[in-house]
This record gives sequence, structure tokens and C-alpha cells, in this order.
Amino acid sequence: MSTAEFGSSRVKRGLAEMLKGGVIMDVVTAEQARIAEDAGAVAVMALERVPADIRAQGGVARMSDPDLIEAIIAEVSIPVMAKARIGHFVEAQVLQALDVDYIDESEVLSPADYVNHIDKWEFNTPFVCGATNLGEALRRINEGAAMIRSKGEAGTGDVSEATKHIRKITAEINALKSMTKDELYVAAKELQAPYELVAEVAETGKLPVVLFTAGGVATPADAAMMMQLGADGVFVGSGIFKSGNPEARAAAVVKATTFHDDPSVIAEASRGLGEAMVGINVGDLPAPHRLAERGW
Amino acid sequence: MTRVGVLALQGDFREHVAVLSGLGAEVATVRRASELAEVDGLVIPGGESTVMDKLSRAFGLAEPLKAAIADGLPVYGTCAGLIMLADTVLDAIAGQQTLGGLDVVVRRNAFGSQNQSFETDLDVPAIGDAPVHAVFIRGPVVESVGDAATPLARLDDGRVVAVEQGNLLGTSFHPEITGEYRFHEYFLSKARARG
Repeated sequence: MSTAEFGSSRVKRGLAEMLKGGVIMDVVTAEQARIAEDAGAVAVMALERVPADIRAQGGVARMSDPDLIEAIIAEVSIPVMAKARIGHFVEAQVLQALDVDYIDESEVLSPADYVNHIDKWEFNTPFVCGATNLGEALRRINEGAAMIRSKGEAGTGDVSEATKHIRKITAEINALKSMTKDELYVAAKELQAPYELVAEVAETGKLPVVLFTAGGVATPADAAMMMQLGADGVFVGSGIFKSGNPEARAAAVVKATTFHDDPSVIAEASRGLGEAMVGINVGDLPAPHRLAERGW
Repeated sequence: MTRVGVLALQGDFREHVAVLSGLGAEVATVRRASELAEVDGLVIPGGESTVMDKLSRAFGLAEPLKAAIADGLPVYGTCAGLIMLADTVLDAIAGQQTLGGLDVVVRRNAFGSQNQSFETDLDVPAIGDAPVHAVFIRGPVVESVGDAATPLARLDDGRVVAVEQGNLLGTSFHPEITGEYRFHEYFLSKARARG
């Protein structure tokens, strides 16, 4: 046996491959993490406030308290992710030192740098980043992201932005597939993404990393729609623990994600879940309060 | 033609489908008992064992799968799939069950968090002389091997990371993401012998 190699791209991207077909749930306490794992979450996102509360309470949103993150890591056996502010490489260093399994450089928190994202190649812990379109996804991958999630509009319970972003990314991938080589140079310029990554996507017809969907998923049918639109898996933020019956809703979203192409299973999973999160229509949100516009 | 299935409840089942198709097998995804009845062999992919356990029981697949394993169905499990095939699991969550079949004790997340995930080369004489490039992602290890099972590969420190018992095969690592086809060929030879 030769020596072991840690933190390679294959190892970082590989964990995301294993999460596919699963649901990653936002949790703010160890008790919620326990409920999520028992309901069939494939991973949890540890944070201090779910996006709906960040939105309601305002103020600067930052990395969570290390005590909270460690309590959640101690509670569950599935992977634990945690969020760092865009560009805040020291928060990311702290999360790596806390031994989280994935770092989310997230627009849900207040950006720490309006010019640069984190140089994610410098880290052993893998990163997931948000994107609203293919160019943004490829720029994040170029910076070392090992997983992409379409952004949607977090904390709203309104799935329309998630739909828009996953459709946009898949449509742009499909457009690349039909282009000739000379057209790809122009496409790379227009996408503002490195030519090598653009050419790779054109060749393979998919992102070089796993693509999940996030932002506004609140029901089993929402999750199944994201899967049918081509997502590899789903993040559910406020949608579970801001609903009337988190245990039942969490388990139902898991079932609907796996059987996303079977309406009878989705119907069965959707019964008797109690109140969904109340939510906010994205159209009612003034532009400065749209989190998806953070990051570039 | 031999038809094999890949359990598609959660995890990297598409990678397994691609490897098996590349080897010329007819491949179907399996989420239900009716789909299981149509295959001569099954791969249980990498992913989250707690999720596969819950869904396989919730959708009535666990019992038919246990019966098929007892009946000699060739099954190959990678990572979470190895956990599903183990008779005993350590560091499981409360209430977690396995299908069983492999006379082994497996420890989940045996290396720790993702920061301890790694890739390395392993000798696996059972599938050939060339080393296997193995990727371990929050992987399990086989802590003890019962009389009925045979270790196929070990880390330098002696820990067992691949086992075989009759028609069952399990690896802690993920050949499906490295272009390593020999484990799948070995599994297919068992499925063809049965089909």
C-alpha cells in the first residue's frame, strides 16, 4: 500500500457524490439534528438561525458558535456542514479546525468580502457554494468548490427562484452541448468562466461536481420537482423546522426525493403534514433583501 | 442476457450503473420489490446507510432483499452497501438495521470526519496483481471477520477493507468513482453464473 492522500479533489467531490438523491436539512440545535437524522436526512447544515429568522431579525449574519457546531457533530453520525460568510476565509479555517464535513460559503450569511470569494483549494475540508447560473457555478468550481447548490431564495418557502436557477443552469449546460469548439471560446467569455471548465461541461453534458438545489423548498412536491428538473439532491432550510410537524415533514421530503418520479408516493407522503411554513412571496421582497444576489 | 440491478434509494447509484453498463451488462435501478425480482444480482451503492435502511424498510424492500440474499443472490456493496450487508454494525444510529449476510462486524465512519477521508493503493490479490486505487469517503472498516467470511484486502495497519462470503462482496471504498472495473467484473461473473 502506498501512502494515503487526504483532501484531493476526488475525495472532496466524492463525498458530495455519496449525498446524491438525499436531503440536507438546516438545523439550529442538537435536538433538531437528531430529528433530521431520524427522519432520513443525508446530512445536516448546522447554523444559529434558519434563513427565515435571519430574514425576519435582520442584522449581520455570521458563522455559528463553535459550541453549537460541536454539539451537533456530537449528536449525529451523518455528515455535518456549516456556513461561512462569502470571502471570510478565517471563518472557513475555524470550521475546518472544528472538523465539519463540508463548508458552505453561503449568501445566506452577510458577505465578508464584496470582491473575492474564498480560495477553496487551500482547504482540506470540501466546500459547497451557491450559484444562480452556469457561469457563477463554474467560477466557484474554479476557486475549488467541490459541490454546487443552486441558490433559490432562502428563507421564503417560495420555490420559484429555486426553479428559475436550476432551469437556468441546466439550460445553459444544454446550450453548451450543441456548440462547436469555436463557439465555446465565446461562450466562456460570455459565461465569464474558464474555457477549460466550459469545454469540459460541453463534452460531458454536466457540471464536474454534484449539483443540489436550495432555497424555498417547503413541501415533498417541491423537492420532487427539483429532482425532476435535474437536481442531484435537495437542501431544505427553513421549510422543515418552521413547519407544523417537522418530524413528519422531514420524513416525507426524504421519501418524495427518492421517489421523485412517482406521483402516487409523493401524494402519500404529502398527506397529514400539518401547516407548511407560512412563507413570503419572492415578488414581495425588495431587491436589497434578496439573498441570491449576494455573490457573483 | 444477465440482468443486474443497482439499489437506487440514495447514493452514487448512477456511477455503478455506468460501470456495469460499460462492462456489457443489462442494468436496472431497483427501488421496489417488484424490480428486485427481475435481477440476477444487485449492487448496493455508496451513500448514507441510515437513509437506505429507513427507505428500504418503509417501501417494503428490506424483507424481500434479506430473502434474496439468503437464497444466494449475488450482491456487491460499496461503503454504505458494505454496512447494509454486515451482520453487525458498530456506531449505528438508534434503531438502525442491516440486511445482513456477511459474517462480519463493521464500524461506520471508522476513520472519522471528512477531513480524514483519503485515497491510496491497495493490494487485492483476489481480483488481480495490479494494485487497486481505493477512495475512502467517511468509510467503514471491517473490525472482525467471522469464520464464514474471507478478507480480501487490508490497510497497512491490518484493518480489513474488503470481504467476500459466497455470493456476497463488500468493500469499504468506492471502485465506481475511480474507473476500477475489476470488482464489478467479479460481481458480474457471480451474477452470470446464477443467471
